[in-house]
Amino acid sequence: MIRTQTLLLFSLCVFAIPYSLSSAQTEKSSSKPDAATPDVAAGKRMFERHCSLCHGLDGRGGRGPNLNRAQLFRAPDDTALMAIISDGIPPEMPEGWFFSEEEVADIAAYVRSFGKIPNEPLPGDPTRGAVVFSKNACARCHLFAAAGFAYGPELTDVGVRRSPTYVRNAILAPAEHLPEGFLFVRAITASGRTVEGIRANEDTFTIQIKDATGSFHSLRKKDLKDLQKLRGQTPMPSYKTILSAAELDDLIVYLFSARGSQ
Amino acid sequence: MKVFSLAALFAALCATLCSGSASQVPFERITNADREPGNWLTYSRNYQGQRFSPLNEINVSNVAKLKVQWALQFPTPTNEVSPIVVDNIMYVTGPNSAAAIDARTGRTLWTWKRPIPSDYHSVGFGRVNRGPAVLDDKLFVTTLDCYLVALDLKSGAQLWISKVEDYKAGYSMTVAPLAIDGKVVVGVSGGEAGIRGFVDAYDAKSGKQAWRFWTIPGPGEPGHETWTGDSWKTGGGSTWVTGAYDPDLKLIYWGVGNPGPDWNGDVRPGDNRYTCSLLALDANTGKLRWYFQFTPHETHDWDAAHVPILFDAKINGRERKLIVNANRNAFYYVLDRVSGEFIAGRPYAKQTWARGLDSKGHPIVLPDTEPTEKGALVWPNANGATVWFSPSYSPQTSLFYVAVREIGSVYFKRRAEYKEGTFYAGGGEDELPADDASGEIRALDPTTGELRWEFKLHSPPWAGVLATAGGLVFSGSDEGNFYALDARTGKPLWDFQSGGPIGANPISFNVDGHQRIAISSNQVLYVFGL
Repeated sequence: MIRTQTLLLFSLCVFAIPYSLSSAQTEKSSSKPDAATPDVAAGKRMFERHCSLCHGLDGRGGRGPNLNRAQLFRAPDDTALMAIISDGIPPEMPEGWFFSEEEVADIAAYVRSFGKIPNEPLPGDPTRGAVVFSKNACARCHLFAAAGFAYGPELTDVGVRRSPTYVRNAILAPAEHLPEGFLFVRAITASGRTVEGIRANEDTFTIQIKDATGSFHSLRKKDLKDLQKLRGQTPMPSYKTILSAAELDDLIVYLFSARGSQ
Repeated sequence: MKVFSLAALFAALCATLCSGSASQVPFERITNADREPGNWLTYSRNYQGQRFSPLNEINVSNVAKLKVQWALQFPTPTNEVSPIVVDNIMYVTGPNSAAAIDARTGRTLWTWKRPIPSDYHSVGFGRVNRGPAVLDDKLFVTTLDCYLVALDLKSGAQLWISKVEDYKAGYSMTVAPLAIDGKVVVGVSGGEAGIRGFVDAYDAKSGKQAWRFWTIPGPGEPGHETWTGDSWKTGGGSTWVTGAYDPDLKLIYWGVGNPGPDWNGDVRPGDNRYTCSLLALDANTGKLRWYFQFTPHETHDWDAAHVPILFDAKINGRERKLIVNANRNAFYYVLDRVSGEFIAGRPYAKQTWARGLDSKGHPIVLPDTEPTEKGALVWPNANGATVWFSPSYSPQTSLFYVAVREIGSVYFKRRAEYKEGTFYAGGGEDELPADDASGEIRALDPTTGELRWEFKLHSPPWAGVLATAGGLVFSGSDEGNFYALDARTGKPLWDFQSGGPIGANPISFNVDGHQRIAISSNQVLYVFGL
């Protein structure tokens, strides 16, 4: 009899993120845990029973938000995470009042294990990376550290949200690494005008599109000749043949340089 | 002589007025709901569950001019109330609360509240209430901590309160009661907490329990053999959506929820009666007249918790009393409501779990569609092809309207351990990504379930449907659109962005002879008019 609303608002505000708890919890095959060490395997069992209904069995989300992130916006530390597991987030997320303190710690440890992004050594030089960033006009489409232009996703905190491998792959093959909820669209109006850009929002009757100049277009669907959802497409080109391996290393270390300020 | 008779008349009149024997909303007013289309006297407007308004001031020619008349802000979010309207006053409910609202202005006339106990916990659903019921001079409200309360219509004063069950064992109530001749019928939530479900009736005057029908038969009762061992004690069978009533047959029709634990059927071999069934209960005694089980031994959380719709139609040249249901399992069913006989059925949404229905209406289940350790991809998802929100039947167009969710899920099975008052689900699901999901309003031939038209929505909806004699169908979207479609063609005629996800049923009524449409959208109730 589950009938929870799609927790759209909830998902938006919980949009958790970031990088890395480094390897604070290295995965160990479970020797018997003592009282002080959380039992991740026990946490997994309880998560599957009580949490997976909304967060998915693998924590990737469903009705509830994706927990597959190293740092959770509403639970920046373990104390906050354990408080949320115990108290819930009324009215959408039920409380886990029936868990003992140890059980809450076990579940928290399991939830933390989702977002573990292994530390990767970052070769390259951030100063040279800044030059790569500017030479390739990345700022024409991306905001980074309060400078640039917000057509594509903002990159200031990308080092906290994503792993270096992910960012590297996204630069080389952007269409295969589109951010969650990203959609490139093309609308043809009744007068034959083409509006192309990134979907800002959409409902049954309307769509809002941001074009490459940053202008928002508010369109009624019934006034459109055509609305093409360009799934798997992006205005960002692949930099595979544009950047050398060294330039790519420099660029990534530059993008991750903002991480420390988070 | 003349003087004497006038005095007698006066005395009689006074006796009537002063004794209170002329109640404001006697049962007869609700039974004859069509005589006063300007009021909305029961959850689905009439006992037949049709959620159809005979009002036509707002119609296909002028609906484009519909405007907000007033709005009411609730103290809590995600409201799912379907209000009652009696003689220019609207009655609404929220979690453990109720209010009377001036339907002209939206101003509050009285409020009632019962504190939610600090150790109360919802297991598997939100803190909502779907609406009140009215009978005589009382408003009936259910509470999360599982009480049924009678309030004075004029003041909101609490007249009686009856404990339905113990919330600590996972029982709860969000349902709008069904008030019939002298009785108030209610059901319970708790299908994810391993409850043993029931349908209850209470005496409307005193609040004393009149009868209880257990949806999971106990030892010695017919159907008990469809459970193994002690599994019946935690067998689920919640009853959380308001049923329908046939005043001539004196039968109550009520849907029953999923078996417990939801996704792991290993601990409960058998058909698990009467979960995922429609019940026909004698209104006086609560005795079972017939049942129809849509999904025997269900393992996907496809409750049969729906408002069933009653209407009469000719089938093969013979006039039949029918009851129909677009089920969470994605099949549409037409039954004889006197006998429960299966007449017709077919899928109305994408489903991948059954080859079809046999001649008795039983599903021919496909292999490898049960939840597994590794996961099994099945349509529809656990919320079903439609859920608790109401369908609508229009006698004007002779069409059945339903809000449909097209989305699949990977279903997983896990071990289930029962612990009183906590989750007892035995698995979970991973929904397919939003891009692979869609929503529709579908118009079906009510005697066959064949598709007549559909209107595409941006995403799977959570709002019910209202058809009106103005030739319109109203519903809401999860992105906040409240809209009107042409009831004959599905063409969109008007829409309004309400600013919050809509997860409620629309209603229609008159204020001073002018038609209004009302819908709850998250934390706001909107009332529209021309």
